Amino acid sequence: MKKSYKIEVDCANCANKMENAANKTEGVKKAVVNFMTLKMTVEFEDGYDAKEVMQNVLKNCKKVEDDCEIYLK
Amino acid sequence: MVPFSEVIFVTKKQKKNLVRIIIAAVLMTGLLFVPIENKWLKLVLYMIPYLTVGYDILMKAFKGIKNLQPFDECFLMAVATIGAIAIGIIGDGDFVEAVAVMLFYQIGEWFQSYAVGRSRKNIAALMDIRPDYANIEKDGGELEQVDPDEVEVGTVIVVQPGEKIPIDGIVTEGESALNTGALTGESLPRDVMVGDEVISGCINLNGLLKVRTTKEFGESTVSKILDLVENAGSQKSRSENFISKFARIYTPAVVCGALALAVVPSLLTGEWATWIYRALTFLVISCPCALVISIPLSFFAGIGGASKEGILVKGSNYLEVLSKTKTIVFDKTGTLTKGVFEVTAVHPELVDENTLLHLAAHVERYSTHPIANSLKLAYPNENDGCHVYRAENIAGQGVKALVNSNTVCVGNEKMMKEIGAEIQKCPHEHTGTVIHVARNGKYIGHIVISDVVKPTAKQALKELKKSGIQKTVMLTGDSKKTAGHVAGELCIDEVHSELLPEDKVREVEKILAEKSGITAFVGDGINDAPVLSRADIGIAMGALGSDAAIEAADIVLMDDDPMKIAKAIGISRKCLRIVNENIWFSIGIKIVCLVLGALGIANMWTAIFADVGVMVLAVLNAVRALFVKNL
Repeated sequence: MKKSYKIEVDCANCANKMENAANKTEGVKKAVVNFMTLKMTVEFEDGYDAKEVMQNVLKNCKKVEDDCEIYLK
Repeated sequence: MVPFSEVIFVTKKQKKNLVRIIIAAVLMTGLLFVPIENKWLKLVLYMIPYLTVGYDILMKAFKGIKNLQPFDECFLMAVATIGAIAIGIIGDGDFVEAVAVMLFYQIGEWFQSYAVGRSRKNIAALMDIRPDYANIEKDGGELEQVDPDEVEVGTVIVVQPGEKIPIDGIVTEGESALNTGALTGESLPRDVMVGDEVISGCINLNGLLKVRTTKEFGESTVSKILDLVENAGSQKSRSENFISKFARIYTPAVVCGALALAVVPSLLTGEWATWIYRALTFLVISCPCALVISIPLSFFAGIGGASKEGILVKGSNYLEVLSKTKTIVFDKTGTLTKGVFEVTAVHPELVDENTLLHLAAHVERYSTHPIANSLKLAYPNENDGCHVYRAENIAGQGVKALVNSNTVCVGNEKMMKEIGAEIQKCPHEHTGTVIHVARNGKYIGHIVISDVVKPTAKQALKELKKSGIQKTVMLTGDSKKTAGHVAGELCIDEVHSELLPEDKVREVEKILAEKSGITAFVGDGINDAPVLSRADIGIAMGALGSDAAIEAADIVLMDDDPMKIAKAIGISRKCLRIVNENIWFSIGIKIVCLVLGALGIANMWTAIFADVGVMVLAVLNAVRALFVKNL
């Protein structure tokens, strides 16, 4: 399953850091952050609930880049 | 011209930061002219602009350390400026440097966010094709605006002048001119009338149109394109991956370098202040922002520029690969030729040209065969006073009918032989299909029907060759003779004819196996979706309406002009050139400055100018990728 989320982040390097953090989160198969379109596309592992995983993704992203936001629908 | 207010004002945050920068700059400049003797008073006064412009950086750096993620730009800046202040307190009481470094860093950041915002806006302008509503006529003749998502297939919608067509469909009432510019980059309006297919995203210019929808909104062209554009760039190019990896090891490496620079020589020489100052300079130079921002920005600008020209690129990696293309394989029909059969020659015997076309069109009146259609097109007012009856289709030969009590036969050589009419060989036989005509058993001439080469095809191939494409190949299901004729006319290097769709995949695989560089395939998406996905780069042409092509291709040309292929390659080359310039320019200047800083030749002023200056230049260079009009 693949979903994309709108994000808010200030610099390209921070976007890279968010991408790394998201990829390390359990339940995420592959996450790609596009700084230019301010979008995060997340592919989830089977058997995980997207909403729960995204909560953790957000938490991990906040850890590496305090000034970021992911708009969870 | 864009109004000034719009140029400056982008977001609230940017506005706030700009105000902070201006206040700090004014305060700092003011303090330069006030002689202050007391070091501590001076420190307090200089702290006002320093904190005004830099408080968020300090906070971010602190939070970074707290979250065990210390190595970022904010950290570098915080350490460098606090270090400079410390040296000021111990030494000569010069705090200007610390404030200036923070100030220029923020100017750079502001400029960067401004440039990125502008580019985003450019892309957003393209997104403007999203229709907000569809008009449905209610019983009383009133129009009701509904969400396009809720319109069912087969509903008749009303499109008023100036409105966007929200959903694909067929015109049932009215005629108008459509502006397809947002989709194709083509500025010439297209005329439509009853029975014509219209594509969502076009703007209705003058007449009221009623359109019966043939697709749901989600399946309509405009949705497909929006989807494609919005998701472009989720595929990262090798250059971008290189930069993110580079940034990951670069910052920690530089910090360690700075630390070594501060400690080791100091222990040897005992000049702590000098070497710590040099180490701080080192930190200021080390910010990787120029690289990290300019590379994705270049690609983004390139993709944005291309979409303005009606060339949709699905990701920056495709732009990168396209720029390296060496071989281009073309599908013939619909790509290099129009894919529509037209009468290209009329050779009458005994009668005049008009009579020949006239009779042929009459006989084909009731036929729906493509050849019949082209004959009817060549003689527009076919349905005149002539009496046409007893039309009879003879399989594998042609059509026979009575026209004003004359027996007219229209068909191939076999038919003529059958009725005993002596045919005249056609000198243009190789270019297409020859239709012979006989009246009352007597041969009166033939008509040549062929697929016409697109008017810009020849020039497009010439441009491609000029731009360094080494080999051009044409694949077609047509006969060898016809294929050879087209290839000769267009100067194509290699031709493979009489291919079935699956043979095309095999031919492309053969070319790929030669490993003679990147191979692109250009097709119109009809029957060649598998080939599009098999080639290194699949380019779909005139893809408006062909879903399979949009899905299978990596690059979609919105209209069917072959010149756009050359243009796409031009855009990709320019974009990649800019990317490489930025990579080498940024890394090069940084290394030079790092060395100069370590040797004590460059001071902190030079360092900050090197950092911000390189970034600004790299960003300006990146934005250049957006301008593709004259490629």
